[in-house]
Amino acid sequence: MTVQCNTMKKVFTRPKSLRDVRTHYCPGCGHGVIHRLICEAIDELGIREKVIGIAPVGCAVIAYDYWDFDTTEAAHGRPPAVATGIKRMMPDRIVFTYQGDGDLAAIGTAEIIHAANRGENISVFFVNNGTYGMTGGQMAPTTLLNQKTTTTPHGRDAKTAGYPLKISEMLAILPGTAYLERVSTHSPKEILKARAAIKKSFVKQIENKGFSMVEILSACPTYWKMSPQEAVRHMEKAVASYYPLGILTEK
Amino acid sequence: MKKVLMSGNEACGEGAMIAGCRFYAGYPITPQNELTEYMARRMPETGGVFIQSESEVAAINMVFGASLTGARAMTSSSSPGISLKQEGISYMAACELPAVIINMVRGGPGLGNIAPAQSDYFQATKGGGHGDYHLIVLGPSSAQEMMELTVLAFDLADKYRTPVLILGDGLIGQMMEPVLVNSRQSLVVSKKLTTKNWVLTGCKGRDPRIVKSLWLNDGALEAFNRKLGEKYEHIKRAETRYEAVRTEDADIVFVGYGSVARILRAAVARLREEGIRAGLLRPITLWPFPQAAIRQLSKKTKKFVVVEMSMGQMLEDVELAVAGNAKIEFYGRPGGGIPHEEEIYQRVIARHKVPKQSKK
Repeated sequence: MTVQCNTMKKVFTRPKSLRDVRTHYCPGCGHGVIHRLICEAIDELGIREKVIGIAPVGCAVIAYDYWDFDTTEAAHGRPPAVATGIKRMMPDRIVFTYQGDGDLAAIGTAEIIHAANRGENISVFFVNNGTYGMTGGQMAPTTLLNQKTTTTPHGRDAKTAGYPLKISEMLAILPGTAYLERVSTHSPKEILKARAAIKKSFVKQIENKGFSMVEILSACPTYWKMSPQEAVRHMEKAVASYYPLGILTEK
Repeated sequence: MKKVLMSGNEACGEGAMIAGCRFYAGYPITPQNELTEYMARRMPETGGVFIQSESEVAAINMVFGASLTGARAMTSSSSPGISLKQEGISYMAACELPAVIINMVRGGPGLGNIAPAQSDYFQATKGGGHGDYHLIVLGPSSAQEMMELTVLAFDLADKYRTPVLILGDGLIGQMMEPVLVNSRQSLVVSKKLTTKNWVLTGCKGRDPRIVKSLWLNDGALEAFNRKLGEKYEHIKRAETRYEAVRTEDADIVFVGYGSVARILRAAVARLREEGIRAGLLRPITLWPFPQAAIRQLSKKTKKFVVVEMSMGQMLEDVELAVAGNAKIEFYGRPGGGIPHEEEIYQRVIARHKVPKQSKK
């Protein structure tokens, strides 16, 4: 029940698109914040009843337990292909994928590149936390050099494990990509920018501009073996310096 | 109704059009390219969607997405490509998403060759992908059936919310035959099938829906698997299809499907002329397999001869059905070999004619 108050204006509330439940995410994890940003954008644009979201394989697999709109769940790496099928059949609906770095930049590399290259009119929210959280903290394609993970116990060595993949830069050069921005969640200021970018991606889709993606840097304090405070400092100093923030392309 | 000369691949495409297929995604592979090309031409003509995908993996997942919206959706490939689709097929079976998948089988394993084969029977009928599921599997033996079974496949897929696989082969796909192009009304289609209360269309005017295959809570997947199992039992009872040719008085019953059944049909006719009482049991649904029909026959016939273009895969289902009641012989031509009517005739004659007296 809403309590009416004559003297104070309500300035902050749970978005309608976000269910009133507790999430399973670890302290300091970025998923909860990013889920909320997506829901805020959906509410603001009034598209909740037109949205179809695709949850990934990974920590955010049960995002549909938190989102209050139509959702499905795709096989690992395949959300862009599933989104293609949905959007092509229902061009007036708003379709988005929510994908982690393993999903989008390793096992699903072919699907994301070709969805972008076809200019599929979908929104992709790419959460880059540099690790495979759900399976216990293994190396991701975006893991930084020298970063220790359970499969790079001595730190990621480019000689044997390759380099952190800047897939957004790769996708930004494609003519089918209408809008691509990298944002972060390491400070309130950056979170507000992330919120604006997510909303802009939906707007691009509503305006039929084609493929758009927002890469969102996110913390995984659990597998980075850091406190949430250390994790956000690490994001600002190390992660965001390798993965520079800002608009990579906008057409 | 008009009669048109078309290949099995084209007949399949036309069947999809008759059934109201709205979405097709595929990737080139021989010997089914004529079907992909047919869909590339026909789908846009009818306001449908055609996508040449970046891979077989993407194609099946695009079909997954299209099916989520309630659209009738199809993909096609040949053996190596069907292997790639297995992940998506398993997810579709798990999400109970209808779709039609065409496999114009070629020789394997590996890259194999591009000749007709029946060596994907195990993959098609025993699961193929991971997990506890079945597909309905149909085995057409002519271009005409390629069309009609494609229509049936869409209906069965919607009726049971399950992917349906058509197991053709390179011969059925590429051979040209006159096909009676039926109107949709003359084929079995239920209007009820178009009402789908599970599709994702945006939650306007209703509660949000979730279509998923993850069941983490204790006992949830077990309960779901039991529900799927009940569905499969129902399909076994209601949808088993086969054709019996002169089996009533047969001493020898051939069992073969698809291309092989055509050859066996000719062999039966020739053997009958020689006074040998031969018959043919042709499974049309490979899953569910016509086990009861074969078991019934096994109580009165002396021998079954299983012929396949493989080293013997359906043979195992025949063995289970016969359950030791009769003798079973197997003749297989793997790796793209096509058995000739003469080979089969000679093999049977050699075993059934009274041997000539040897010289003393």
